[in-house]
Amino acid sequence: MTKTRLSELAKTIRSKNAGTDKITFDIIFREREAYETVKRSGALSRDAMARLYGIDEARITDFVEYDPAYAIKFTILRRRPSGSPGDPDIFGAQQYAPLLDVEVETA
Amino acid sequence: MDSLKIICPNGHLGFAPLKVESFRLGVAAKPDFIAADSGSDDIGPVPLGSDGCASPKAWQEHDLEQMLLASREIGVPMIIGSAGDTGSDSRVDMYVQIIRDLAARHGLAPFKLGWFYSEVDKEAVRAKIASGSPVQGLDARADLDEGELDATDRIVAVAGVHPYRALIEDGCDVIIGGRSSDSAIFAAAALSRGFPEAQAYYLGKVLECASFCAEPYGAKETVLGEITRDWVEVTAMHPGQRCTVASVAGHAMYERSNPFHEYVAGGVLDMTDCRYEQVAEKTTRVTGMRFAPADDVRVKLEGAGKLGERFVGMAGIRDPYTIAHVDEAIEWAREQTRERFGETGWALHYNVFGRDGVMGEMEPLRDRPGHELLIVVQGVAPTREMAEEVAMTGTRQLFYARLPDVKGTAGGVSFVFDEVLPASPGYRWTLNHTMAVDDPLELFPRHTETVGA
Repeated sequence: MTKTRLSELAKTIRSKNAGTDKITFDIIFREREAYETVKRSGALSRDAMARLYGIDEARITDFVEYDPAYAIKFTILRRRPSGSPGDPDIFGAQQYAPLLDVEVETA
Repeated sequence: MDSLKIICPNGHLGFAPLKVESFRLGVAAKPDFIAADSGSDDIGPVPLGSDGCASPKAWQEHDLEQMLLASREIGVPMIIGSAGDTGSDSRVDMYVQIIRDLAARHGLAPFKLGWFYSEVDKEAVRAKIASGSPVQGLDARADLDEGELDATDRIVAVAGVHPYRALIEDGCDVIIGGRSSDSAIFAAAALSRGFPEAQAYYLGKVLECASFCAEPYGAKETVLGEITRDWVEVTAMHPGQRCTVASVAGHAMYERSNPFHEYVAGGVLDMTDCRYEQVAEKTTRVTGMRFAPADDVRVKLEGAGKLGERFVGMAGIRDPYTIAHVDEAIEWAREQTRERFGETGWALHYNVFGRDGVMGEMEPLRDRPGHELLIVVQGVAPTREMAEEVAMTGTRQLFYARLPDVKGTAGGVSFVFDEVLPASPGYRWTLNHTMAVDDPLELFPRHTETVGA
């Protein structure tokens, strides 16, 4: 069994606000093969993302596999609206980092 | 008209200046409209609440000047949405005045300027709730109640295509809009020329962030969208960028909860069955989009409410024992603040960089802090004097934190400066809701004048 880090398979791994109350995560692949491999592996799922970020699964409002863009996308509810005092990431732009090291079974 | 072309030079006009080279290439491609949105709720609640801008005026003027001169040079309308970051009334007035001043400075021939407002009076919202029409929460928020409304300082309604269509069809050459759906300004142009809703809204969706739908990554470059009754094509204007199947399809999901549906006032754009095709080196064609009109029109409301005045302090930690016990040091500082000000009526917020400062409780590595930490302290209170003292107590008392086994007894933290700094007041987003309206134009009063006459 071979494991590969997600950052070696994906072209883009990013996070950004989706409105004032949510952060959305995009994992985009250059080729169908890598996309299908990650889909098949189950490394990215509602359950896996809830565990990675230590949040209740109910906070994940969307989890979709988007074939036209070879992309996997999920969206979470923020703990408080963006820009409230204490919010460390107004744009939600640096929340993707833990995804880089997710291990994917590639064989 | 068989097709219509629109160029967009900037996804958030003013936030950073547009790049002139690709914009001029776009102008040379003879578009029928030049359009850009100037707003975003990414910037947090402070600009809307305090009725300010997140962008420097010089950058806003730069882009408005480039677009106005190009629009008058080739004789096509120019449309700007969400004036001045928030689209509040004062920001619309500011952009309208910038247009008048630019026209005078450049001695432009007379043109028709149109604008509309989108601020909503709190009492109008209160009356709507009282009438039995709930103001419904989005994104898991509860319906709006009077307490939350009372806590709100300013509300803007997010316009769909309707006020833009009215001003375009009124013959306006330059349009400045209040808060708007990004896609509406482009869709309105296409709808006013008779193109179908599905293609028109998709055109808006793909153009709204300018070159974010192109690759390689590079913001603030112009893209050109073209619409027919059957398809939308998008072309990168920058010599080094292309609109590819991957970049255009990927953009469909940018800043959205899901890539399939885009809700606007009046309906929903369905992108589930979109097909993407590379038809030229720099151009991708999209087909298969659908639009489902809504039975009733609900308009999105954004609102911000003030929490208090705010000061900020910072403290560094290098002692590994103190790093391991940083939460106790913070609790000591909070306790000193409670002793001084009581349990309520103020707030302290701590972000511990080097441990979980960026991600908070979502940080998987928060039990493995680095060898040094920076604590950012925010004090929020009703007056500036009190906010300064709260922030100062919350910061300086870290220095005096009583940790039982600490070796360094001459001061528990490092200071880059031994002061706290005034910050913008603390605000929060109070409204992310929708409100039913009878007439999609009713929240958006419109005005026109001839400039340069």
